Amino acid sequence: MTTKQKKMLFRVLAAFLLFAGLFFCEHTGRLEGIEESLLLPAIYLIPYLTIGYDIIYKAIRNIIHGQVFDENFLMMIATFGAFAVGEYSEGVAVMLFYQVGELFQSYAVGKSRQSIADMMDICPEYANIEQAGVLTRVDPDDVEVGSIIVIRPGERIPLDGVVTEGESLIDTAALTGESVPRRAAAGDTVISGCVNGSGTLKVRTTKEFDDSTVAKILELVENAGSKKAKMENFITRFAKYYTPVVTICAVVLAVLPPLILGGGWGSWIQRACIFLVISCPCALVISVPLGFFGGIGAASRIGVLVKGSNYLEAVAEMTTIVFDKTGTLTKGEFRVTELHPQGIRGEQLLELAALGEGYSSHPIAVSIREAYAGKSEGAEPDMNRISGARELAGYGVCVQVDGKETLLGNEKLMSDRGISCVPCQSAGTVVYVAQEGVFLGAVVISDVVREGAKEAISAMKQVGVKKCVMLTGDREEAAEAVAGELGIDEVHAQLLPADKVAQVERLLDGQPEKEKLAFAGDGINDAPVLTRADIGIAMGSMGSDAAIEAADVVLMDDDVRKIAAVVRISRRTLAIVKQNIVFALGVKALVLLLGAFGMANMWEAVFADVGVSVIAILNAMRALKAE
Amino acid sequence: MKKKFKMEDLDCANCAAKMEEAIKKIPGVKDASVSFMTQKMMVEAEEKDFDGIMKQVVSVCAKVEPDCKILI
Repeated sequence: MTTKQKKMLFRVLAAFLLFAGLFFCEHTGRLEGIEESLLLPAIYLIPYLTIGYDIIYKAIRNIIHGQVFDENFLMMIATFGAFAVGEYSEGVAVMLFYQVGELFQSYAVGKSRQSIADMMDICPEYANIEQAGVLTRVDPDDVEVGSIIVIRPGERIPLDGVVTEGESLIDTAALTGESVPRRAAAGDTVISGCVNGSGTLKVRTTKEFDDSTVAKILELVENAGSKKAKMENFITRFAKYYTPVVTICAVVLAVLPPLILGGGWGSWIQRACIFLVISCPCALVISVPLGFFGGIGAASRIGVLVKGSNYLEAVAEMTTIVFDKTGTLTKGEFRVTELHPQGIRGEQLLELAALGEGYSSHPIAVSIREAYAGKSEGAEPDMNRISGARELAGYGVCVQVDGKETLLGNEKLMSDRGISCVPCQSAGTVVYVAQEGVFLGAVVISDVVREGAKEAISAMKQVGVKKCVMLTGDREEAAEAVAGELGIDEVHAQLLPADKVAQVERLLDGQPEKEKLAFAGDGINDAPVLTRADIGIAMGSMGSDAAIEAADVVLMDDDVRKIAAVVRISRRTLAIVKQNIVFALGVKALVLLLGAFGMANMWEAVFADVGVSVIAILNAMRALKAE
Repeated sequence: MKKKFKMEDLDCANCAAKMEEAIKKIPGVKDASVSFMTQKMMVEAEEKDFDGIMKQVVSVCAKVEPDCKILI
């Protein structure tokens, strides 16, 4: 509790004791004799002012500033009204109850703010910089790019960089939600915000603090609040009209019926006071953004950054998701997946291919050499065995291995040279190998499907995504194979970056307005598509800064399974927000109605105001819980 | 340009909404948001007019909620 809250609590207790004493005296007849005089309201003014002096002060001050529909003012009028009709104890009780509610409310909001702040507690406070063998603690802001910083066990990594010395396990949970620590050794990149585990690391920084991951994330999350959801805007607009309308109703209720029907003013003024108490829209105005804030917090806890309440709202309505293949559904790493030797052993075929591709830096050649190194325990192919390598653009290569002419390339190369080969139907890139005119087999290289991609697709189907589409610049066969394996509904292959935008636009045109389309990509070449889709989802750790900038949702650890989890979080958040709106409006409407017919009292009115507000806040806090 | 300010004693959510609306009406303000949850304010305006605009921001906010301080 803050000092302000403690002071308020003290005032509440003091006023309560005074009030209880008075109430007891009045009802046991000890105040008899002064009931008709002005002394009774004067006595009741003591607890009233104890609890409500600040309200009256603020009300008067705000009225001078022209704030007519101010909640302090409305409370003042309502309680004065109660005094005017002789309901002194009710007047005091309403003020007391109102302040208790406000206290509760500020406590609950403070708590939720705290828990969100704790969750976002990833900001490093210092960096250890090494200068002439001495470690000095400096502000991460002051560290220049290229400096060597030292991170001891248990410390938070202050800046992005590359490890130059040391080895350790790094806890990335705060950023990615991943609980298994990651190993980092010399040469590995580390990102700021993670916690260093067991060993001391020396890191050469690659970014300034403002550009480092942790600063970017904090900025994103802080700004998330300013992009408001439709529901939030609706509530703010509603609140603008709600208070004046209810207040005018109160005035009408106080004046018209007694004039028309005649009779006493007392009961009608009391009913009008009930209206005034209920006229504050605070429960709604607090609980809606708080719910969204909680939802965004819950998502960031599992390593997904949502850049605004509006995107969280859109994710809940997502029915179509478009994936970029390479780097999103697949790892974007090419590997030798199949060997089809013809007349020789598999190892021989691989060795021959590795020799043949020995000089090339093409990704395919690299992956063949890697496969060879893996099979032969790290041995490099003996480059002395080859000579006279020639690149045949669009076909492959021609080299002399041990003096024998060896061809490596596509089917066209084989048929061009009149070599009869066995065509290979596998998905992926096929390298045919022939020596001295004899076909020796084929090596298939394909991209590897990302772990969990299949579960991700089926999980998305479960949460109600109707269509999963995959776009790729890759060949038809390779695309079909991946799509078949993962359970993708629609595939478009051999696309240029511009075609991807066109495909997404076509899908956007074809879908009903209420449904949303998401595009998930690693951000290499697809920033335009990320912006064009209703929801752009980028891979955070692989993706470029530009992609993180362009995207609306960022998966910090590139795990596509998290998309379905975010859909669930967003649905739950929206459900909570809707519950709050319905509950708050429902209770208010009911009490207004009962109040108009004289069936509700001030107590119920105060409950409909602050009580509902507290319940709505507690409900909104549920959105913060990660699954 | 956009600038962010911390706010102190912003106690009511409805006031935050009222402030936001009032700030958006100040001439020269391109966009503004007042977040009750983070107790922060964001104002976007041309750099050369910023100081003048901020004076008006402070005064409109004081009208809505005199207890609330903007830390500039």
